[in-house]
Amino acid sequence: MMTLTKTDRTSWLLAGPMTLILAAFLVLPILTIIVVSFWAFNEFTFFPAFVFDNYLFTLTSKVTLATYLKTLQFVILTWVFCTVVGFTVAYFLAFCVKSLAWQVALFLLCTIPFWTSNIIRMISWVPFLGRNGIANSALMSLGIVKQPVEWLLFSDFSVVLAFVHLYALFMVVPIFNTLIRIDKSLIEAARDGGANGLQILTNIIIPLAKPGIMIGSIFVVTLVMGDFITVRFMSGGQSASVGRIISNEISLLQYPAAAADAVILLVTVLIMIAIMMRFVDIRKEL
Amino acid sequence: MYTNLQAETDRAFAGEQAAGRRQQQNDQQDEEKTMTDTTKTTKGLSRRSVLKGAAATAGVALGSGAITGFPTIWAQNIKNVTLRQFGTGVSNLNEVAQKVKQDLGFTLEMTALDSDTVTQRAATQPKSFDIADIEYWIAKKVWPTGNLQAMDTKKIKQYDNIVGIFRNGKLTPSSVIAQGTAPHTVGFVDGKNGKKFVDHESGWMTLIPTIYNADTLGIRPDLIKRPITSWTELLNSEFKGKASILDISSIGIMDAAMVCEARGDIKYGDKGNMTKEEIDKTMAIFTQAKKDGQFRAFWKSFDESVNLMSSGEVVIQSMWSPAIAAVRSKGIDCKYQPLKEGYRSWGGGLGIAASLSGLELDAAYEYINWYLSGWVGGFLMRQGYYSAVPSTSQKFMSADEWGYWFEGKKAQGDILSPQGAVMEKAGAVRDGGSFEERMGHVACWNSVMDENQYMVRKWNEFVAA
Repeated sequence: MMTLTKTDRTSWLLAGPMTLILAAFLVLPILTIIVVSFWAFNEFTFFPAFVFDNYLFTLTSKVTLATYLKTLQFVILTWVFCTVVGFTVAYFLAFCVKSLAWQVALFLLCTIPFWTSNIIRMISWVPFLGRNGIANSALMSLGIVKQPVEWLLFSDFSVVLAFVHLYALFMVVPIFNTLIRIDKSLIEAARDGGANGLQILTNIIIPLAKPGIMIGSIFVVTLVMGDFITVRFMSGGQSASVGRIISNEISLLQYPAAAADAVILLVTVLIMIAIMMRFVDIRKEL
Repeated sequence: MYTNLQAETDRAFAGEQAAGRRQQQNDQQDEEKTMTDTTKTTKGLSRRSVLKGAAATAGVALGSGAITGFPTIWAQNIKNVTLRQFGTGVSNLNEVAQKVKQDLGFTLEMTALDSDTVTQRAATQPKSFDIADIEYWIAKKVWPTGNLQAMDTKKIKQYDNIVGIFRNGKLTPSSVIAQGTAPHTVGFVDGKNGKKFVDHESGWMTLIPTIYNADTLGIRPDLIKRPITSWTELLNSEFKGKASILDISSIGIMDAAMVCEARGDIKYGDKGNMTKEEIDKTMAIFTQAKKDGQFRAFWKSFDESVNLMSSGEVVIQSMWSPAIAAVRSKGIDCKYQPLKEGYRSWGGGLGIAASLSGLELDAAYEYINWYLSGWVGGFLMRQGYYSAVPSTSQKFMSADEWGYWFEGKKAQGDILSPQGAVMEKAGAVRDGGSFEERMGHVACWNSVMDENQYMVRKWNEFVAA
């Protein structure tokens, strides 16, 4: 073993606690999940074995494909709306609000809803969007519709709406963070060079905001991929998602099946993130 | 925590037990001699644990200075006992725990969970509870794990008064036994640690019945505005987008089967134990209905069903009796509609953890005897459930309450909930009528099927469809 220099030792000491925590609370549980995913189970218990049945069933079931497609649909829609909303809000905060005090104040305002539980924020949509809810009574008293609009609640619309509401801030924060660090003189130089607003946006601001957009996207994609409670409540239990399948399996004591599904989900999400990282090298550009 | 308590009670016992240890061993041998043939033939572990139980009983008997009769001295120690009970929300009520403390002196800790989680816990975490308050179909699933011990019916004072449904399956001598997991079919085993269910009153009961009811569809008469008489109405296109079914596969499939059978689409051999083909057909019909937009939502928890109904999102759905009461208590018209094809029924009971012994086991028997002695029964019946021993419950209800809830008579005055809220105004009659009328028209019991895993897969496909 080579002798450690002082800086080496310091870096080991600094990295040590985090390494231990990650090993104990992340790597170990994931390894356990992987091991259990090969176990066998019956109605009330599961036991060590080495079988591929859990994977085989999931990978060959029609439901899996349909569920993944549905979940991906939620991911894409949520991502699109979150990005648009997140970027717009961040742009407003970074460029339209001039004073730092106001920027901070408005930014904090964005986080106020996060002081309550996200389940509460989600469920509060239910009475709002319902058949006799505020949205429908407003639409009807304005004479826009005669019958209550049914698809407002317990539909894909309501699921995506809740997702966007819950996760838009995860976009706002990182995008705001990158936008605020854009050198204002770059924009001035572009304007001096004759660029119009749209050109500045597409040629300077968006490229420079890419790392922020990507970090926000990773948040949104992973959160939506793993969600089970929002889909259940907002679709009225009528839509499936990968997370719901896993939670169903757990409630039916099918832990090995749930573990196998969790592993498949994990791999899927890792692949998605790997693909996203191909577009933006976060470490280089941050 | 359990071990701490055990240690404490063990210490408290030590003095008394030391004095009578020799005597106790003699008693143990006597006990052994009087044991039934069935226990003698089961060798090894089970036999040993039977002996352990017997020893503990003998110890208590000695400690109290009385071999039979009500133990008095250990009533001092029993105050230190804590029994941990878990079960579904219906009967895990704080009022019961408070009353136990008051009447029996020991502490009852209650945890309320949904039925899936209850099954899971009973099957996988035997050390996490002392008393399991589970449904009979859960017992069928959980019993083979060996996490529960059978109860000696000789120690159950009210055993002879328990309703026939839980003993020989018959409400009255002429009753026809309904399909599904009828409670008496999983109510008895062949010995304290017996694994196999037996079809007669063997003297070893798996669960002591506590609470049961007959379920049907709940409707909003104010929004439907016409009489509903059949399960077929759940899929009637008139209620397109306004119907709901519960998303608990084992119960949901049964409601679905009631509908399919009523429509004449499928003729089942046993709705409680369907063949793969029957499951496929049932789910095909409901998947089509789902795709056609028949359902507004599926519900999984009690409060979801209440909200769906009271908000008017849904006008007809599978529902549980207290949910109906909850909707009505908001001043919204809601009816627990009796249907001509009959009810889907369920029953729950208390089971004792296999690990329980000594003072805790005695406390558990005390608790169960107390449970059947009437106060809890009255409390539960005033919420619309039935108790296992109606005759004792009657003593804790007013004549009017008894008339309304049990006999199906018109209420003379306002009917109050146990908490004192007005549930029904004077003049009201219970939906479905009397005990005999309701429990006499059970078409099927909640159950767990032989093809359960297949059914669950199909149900998941239905939800994902």
